[in-house]
Amino acid sequence: MAREDYEIVIGLEVHCELSTKTKIFCSCSTEFGGEPNTHCCPICMAMPGTLPVLNEKVVEYAVKAGLATNCSIEKNSKNDRKNYFYPDLPKAYQISQFDKPLCYEGYVNIETEEGEKQIRIERIHIEEDAGKLNHDEYGRGSFVDLNRAGVPLIEVVSRPDMRSAQEVEAYMRKLKSIFEYIEVSDCKMQEGSLRADVNVSVRKKGAKEFGTRTEMKNMNSFRSIVRAIEYEAERQIEEIEAGNVITQETLRWDDVSGRTFPMRDKEDAQDYRYFPEPDLVSIKLSDEYIENIRKELPELPESRRKRYIEEYELTEKAANFVTSSKYYSNLFEEAIEVCKNPKTVGNLIMSDIARILNEREEEPEDLKFGGNELGELVTLIDKGTISSAIAKKVLEELFNDVKMPSKIIEEKGWVQISDEGAIKEVVMKVLENNPQSIADYKAGKDKALGFLVGQAMKETRGKANPQMLNKMFLEELNK
Amino acid sequence: MELYEYTVHELVEKLEKGEVTSEEITRSYFDRIKEIDPKVKAYVSTLEESAIEKAKKVDEDRKSGKVVSKFAGIPIGIKDNMCITGTKTTCSSKMLENFVAPYNATVIEKLNEQDLVYLGKLNMDEFAMGGSTEHSAFFNTYNPWDLDRVPGGSSGGSAAAVAAEIAPWTLGSDTGGSIRQPASLCGVVGLKPTYGLVSRFGLVAFASSLDQIGPLTKDVTDSAMLLNLIAGYDEKDSTSMNIDKKDYTLSLVNDVKGMRIGLPKEYLGEGINEEVKQAILDVAKKYEEMGAIVEDCSLDVGKYATAVYYVIACAEASSNLGRFDGIRYGYRSEKFENLKDIYKNSRSEGFGPEVKRRIILGTYVLSSGYYDAYYKKAQKVRTVIREAYNELFGKYDLLLTPTSPTTAFKIGEKSNNPLEMYLADICTVPVNIGGLPGMNIPCSLDSKGMPIGFQLIAKPFNEDAIFRAAYTFEQNTNFRENKPSFKGGNN
Repeated sequence: MAREDYEIVIGLEVHCELSTKTKIFCSCSTEFGGEPNTHCCPICMAMPGTLPVLNEKVVEYAVKAGLATNCSIEKNSKNDRKNYFYPDLPKAYQISQFDKPLCYEGYVNIETEEGEKQIRIERIHIEEDAGKLNHDEYGRGSFVDLNRAGVPLIEVVSRPDMRSAQEVEAYMRKLKSIFEYIEVSDCKMQEGSLRADVNVSVRKKGAKEFGTRTEMKNMNSFRSIVRAIEYEAERQIEEIEAGNVITQETLRWDDVSGRTFPMRDKEDAQDYRYFPEPDLVSIKLSDEYIENIRKELPELPESRRKRYIEEYELTEKAANFVTSSKYYSNLFEEAIEVCKNPKTVGNLIMSDIARILNEREEEPEDLKFGGNELGELVTLIDKGTISSAIAKKVLEELFNDVKMPSKIIEEKGWVQISDEGAIKEVVMKVLENNPQSIADYKAGKDKALGFLVGQAMKETRGKANPQMLNKMFLEELNK
Repeated sequence: MELYEYTVHELVEKLEKGEVTSEEITRSYFDRIKEIDPKVKAYVSTLEESAIEKAKKVDEDRKSGKVVSKFAGIPIGIKDNMCITGTKTTCSSKMLENFVAPYNATVIEKLNEQDLVYLGKLNMDEFAMGGSTEHSAFFNTYNPWDLDRVPGGSSGGSAAAVAAEIAPWTLGSDTGGSIRQPASLCGVVGLKPTYGLVSRFGLVAFASSLDQIGPLTKDVTDSAMLLNLIAGYDEKDSTSMNIDKKDYTLSLVNDVKGMRIGLPKEYLGEGINEEVKQAILDVAKKYEEMGAIVEDCSLDVGKYATAVYYVIACAEASSNLGRFDGIRYGYRSEKFENLKDIYKNSRSEGFGPEVKRRIILGTYVLSSGYYDAYYKKAQKVRTVIREAYNELFGKYDLLLTPTSPTTAFKIGEKSNNPLEMYLADICTVPVNIGGLPGMNIPCSLDSKGMPIGFQLIAKPFNEDAIFRAAYTFEQNTNFRENKPSFKGGNN
């Protein structure tokens, strides 16, 4: 059978660090980084005799996340202990939730090539993050850093509803965008605050039963997730085609070799011995509490997208793009306050800003300038003070050093030349130096005009008003 | 009369009148410790230097009128499973032999507010698991009434210290009887408060849903005073109850007229020593004479309490003791080549046999495939037991039972028979399962001269009823005229 006869089935467990100021069970800072073991106290280091106290903000944030992803909220929830030994887990149990997660049965919609698709969410529960092991490169041992131990997480468990790596990426981007909008997480993948365990299986198209799945743990970049899924699906299909069976196992994705490997420590299946956490009381939520959180939810991307199309007449494509990230969307809204030109702002975000970010391997949240700068830039274009060519240069500059665009063009001497005399001077000079182009033009080669304008731009280092140049060249050539 | 012979409320009076200084009291205790503790071996560590320093400071403050607390300068002994900043907290385990606590337990913070003086840390069964203090990894503690006998446990050091008058009062912890049973075997007053009345923060956990800190004292008045000092809501312990603070000394009333006391027949039957049984019936008669209404009643489901207890307590312990892994603190084996070895060897070498037995039991009952049959079922029965108590407390203010089925047994007598040792808890364990307050009050001596105690049990947060009835009994009887003999013991 061929590759096309198989269907890939993917389910995700997305771990997302919540951006509360303090940890889930003590008052230590959740800030990323810091010297090892500096954001710690007897509680998160699991000193004998210490007890956890649940941070109420964590419950609030998790309920927010649940409501924003159309989940039902459990009014009588509780915490459970998940027991296992590992040096980054100081209590030898993780306080998590087993059979009564805070949120259950939700969904999000993603855009696919075949249109909108619903991905169901089975549950969202709260738990604590573990610490980190730093392995000494000289082999002198491993060092435990507990700064991250006790940082609050939500785990979002999807149903196995995704059928391609692209759908997985769209789903994760959707979750990321929602969690950024409702401000429950900064979702910085490079800092590990958004990561996923990816469950992949394959089956013949039309089959009712799922195939045996493998799990790839702790994936924290979209690129690796897409590559890993594609590799793993291919591998499973090859195994099946070769008459082998897939073993249910946990795999490690290696980005360098582009392959998956079985994890070594998993030779015997773990029994986590879940039981209710006796040091904490049950989490009881009133209808009023839940409704208050629902009322305070900010406008979600779905609704912004519709508004941008209706109110600002953005194209579907631009509206999708701008609302894909809270940072883009907020930049957009701030900038149009200043310049009143949604179309140009939307286009600049979708084309130039996205391109530069991509080149710099940065994410929208890394943008340093804001709506004031972008708004003024568009105003300067609209007023003819600068050309769109110069605007691109100003944007590049904004990524390096945040200043008002008017200041940048002044400092760099990038103000557009719109003075007729000055333009004429340049036009005459270019014509004088390019007699062949004049001849070409007269022979009917329209392209020659473009060449001449380009030369004039070069002469003025891009500052000449392009419309005026065009007009004046035509006048002279047609004389 | 020597200073160490007084109760705390008597010492408080003497301090207030200026008849004695804290330094004199404290020194009298350390002199006594040096003389007596080599026989009793109640202390794992003593804190003489810091204690004398603190006592001197309090005396100065009192002289200059700075002192507010009437308990300032009163010495106290602490069971070695409660954390005091900068001092060793060993839980009488090789695992924590050199562990220095980096923070104070909430009870210690509360005692610090009153400027109490710490004499030292008291011996116990390792991690509070046991009923004889023979499971201490360091040494046995001996019963002051007969040094060949156990002091009970797990707070054996705390009870023996009060009985031997090498501490005026002490703190213990009680998970299945660990305050009341040794109090009974040593002839002192021991109270396990209602679960949630005293913060557990800083008490090294054995079984989180059952553990509770409480006072061991010479008399009922001291018990009420010490409970006043340590009780109260603590935001660091989610299971502590946010209720109004009470002054328990207001319940020290010499009157039980009209109080209704139930006598559950199950605790006067099989497994209870005849002399103990007779003593309890005598106590019941005494209460009737004093005007209480005493009636036979039944707590049939109580017979399941020991089974429920060993499932739940071991399950929680198996998880609570996971943190002793040789990684961050505590004992680490020198024999290891990989991570698994560190875990296996550190825990094999660091824990004693009773602790290991309970970790294995607890791990078993939580394992997939067994969880429903053991842990879940035990939780269901726990609810049934609570309901049965509720029903009884609809009829009675108090229940009266023995505290221990026998008086103090010989050292080594039960240490090789864990099941028999577990049965020493049958009268106390149901009270922890119910989350109720229970107190041991000494009442008489058996034919061998060993103390017998009775237990009063009340509904949750009704310690008042216990204090009133216990105080009335104490005022109308004379157990405290007996003193331990320190006989026997060629150790």
